[in-house]
Amino acid sequence: MKKIFILTVFFIIYFTNLNITYAISPDVFIQSTVNRASQVLSENISKEEKINKLKIIAKETVDIKGVGYYSLGSARKSLNNEQKDTYSSLFENYFLKSFSSRLAEYTNPEIDVKNKQILNKNYTIVNSVLVATAERPEIKIDWRVYTKNPNNPLIRDLIIEGLSLARTQKEEFTSILNSNDGNINSLFKTLEEFTNN
Amino acid sequence: MIKTFKIIFLLFFLTSNTLAGSDGELELSKKNKSTKDCFETLNRATFALNQGLDKAILKPVAKGYRSLPSPIKKGTGNVLNNLSTLITIPNNVLQGDIKLAAINTGRLVVNTTLGILGIFDPASEMGFPKYVKEDYGQTLGAWGVGPGCYLVLPVLGPSTIRDTAGMFANVMGGDPYYNISVNGNNEYLDGKFFAATKMLSAVEFRATNIDSFDNLEKNSVDFYASVRSLYTQDRENKIKNTQRGNIEVIYKEDSGWEEIDTK
Repeated sequence: MKKIFILTVFFIIYFTNLNITYAISPDVFIQSTVNRASQVLSENISKEEKINKLKIIAKETVDIKGVGYYSLGSARKSLNNEQKDTYSSLFENYFLKSFSSRLAEYTNPEIDVKNKQILNKNYTIVNSVLVATAERPEIKIDWRVYTKNPNNPLIRDLIIEGLSLARTQKEEFTSILNSNDGNINSLFKTLEEFTNN
Repeated sequence: MIKTFKIIFLLFFLTSNTLAGSDGELELSKKNKSTKDCFETLNRATFALNQGLDKAILKPVAKGYRSLPSPIKKGTGNVLNNLSTLITIPNNVLQGDIKLAAINTGRLVVNTTLGILGIFDPASEMGFPKYVKEDYGQTLGAWGVGPGCYLVLPVLGPSTIRDTAGMFANVMGGDPYYNISVNGNNEYLDGKFFAATKMLSAVEFRATNIDSFDNLEKNSVDFYASVRSLYTQDRENKIKNTQRGNIEVIYKEDSGWEEIDTK
């Protein structure tokens, strides 16, 4: 009887807990993400291996699709579903290559999360600093975290010393589209070439 | 006195000229004054020229500068910062920030005397607030003058119509260091010394950003557009004096994100 009672209590607790997920604070999420990346960067492995590991972290923590749509600006409204799928796929490959090769240049970066500011229910800005070394001064890095699903926060932008990477990317893409009469295929081609080079 | 009058006249003329075509709404209250790339073809050609000059001259010199011992680089940076205070102080005044002008004057006096012509920075050690550079382009921006068209100047790099006008204010008498070295009648400083200081500033800036630029160039699909974007963002931040603490100013206008919903 006692065993049955213990088992029943166990199953109740187990299945109840299955349905409970915990909101992750955006600052804790960022600190944990940068710690993971720092660990990879300080490992004694080849650059290729580092890049592959960084890509895995990026896929889990960055809203690549969201960043892609933002980067496309108003042009996204004129795409059909097939073009949107093609773009999302090309953008993901482009982003992962660009992001990971940028980060792989750093060895053992130390990033300290300092503060967070909630903009609205969808966005929180997390403030951090890249600690100074003998070669470079301290660098302020802010992270735009998408918190619509508080259980699964995602990074949407990095603002380095006030300069938004997403905005820079958006203006690059706009420039490519403007130079080609708004032809989306020219952007697809550029992204493909970047990824394959 | 005549020079001061010329600067005030130039700045006033530029401001008035910008407001002349106003639709009645106060320019200062308009949120977005985007920078248009009116001369893109010419700008891209100048950009390519500058890149060539950079690869052939500036980058190798910057690499050499970077290999100098840290105290020399630190001292050089301090001297250049100290000289820039001469432009910052009148701009603090023009922007109505008299308190900051007084603080920066104190910083200039302390660093020029105790800091031996600015080689050392005792003012920071004494607890002076962090130094933030200001220039005439920023003052025009703070007065509500829009950036106008984006420009890439030969050798000098990215700018806008407004910021180029601001640079002219320097040589019209707005930069005391220029007045003393180029126009002043003294045996210690001359135009060559002034030019050498400006070149050193460029080398110092390039050396500080050598890795960032390489990384940016390598990972950009349109390097020209990346540089343009970073320049305009940087100028917007400087004009708004955005620093940590008033983050809502940085992000409140960015409505582009609100439309993105991938969930």
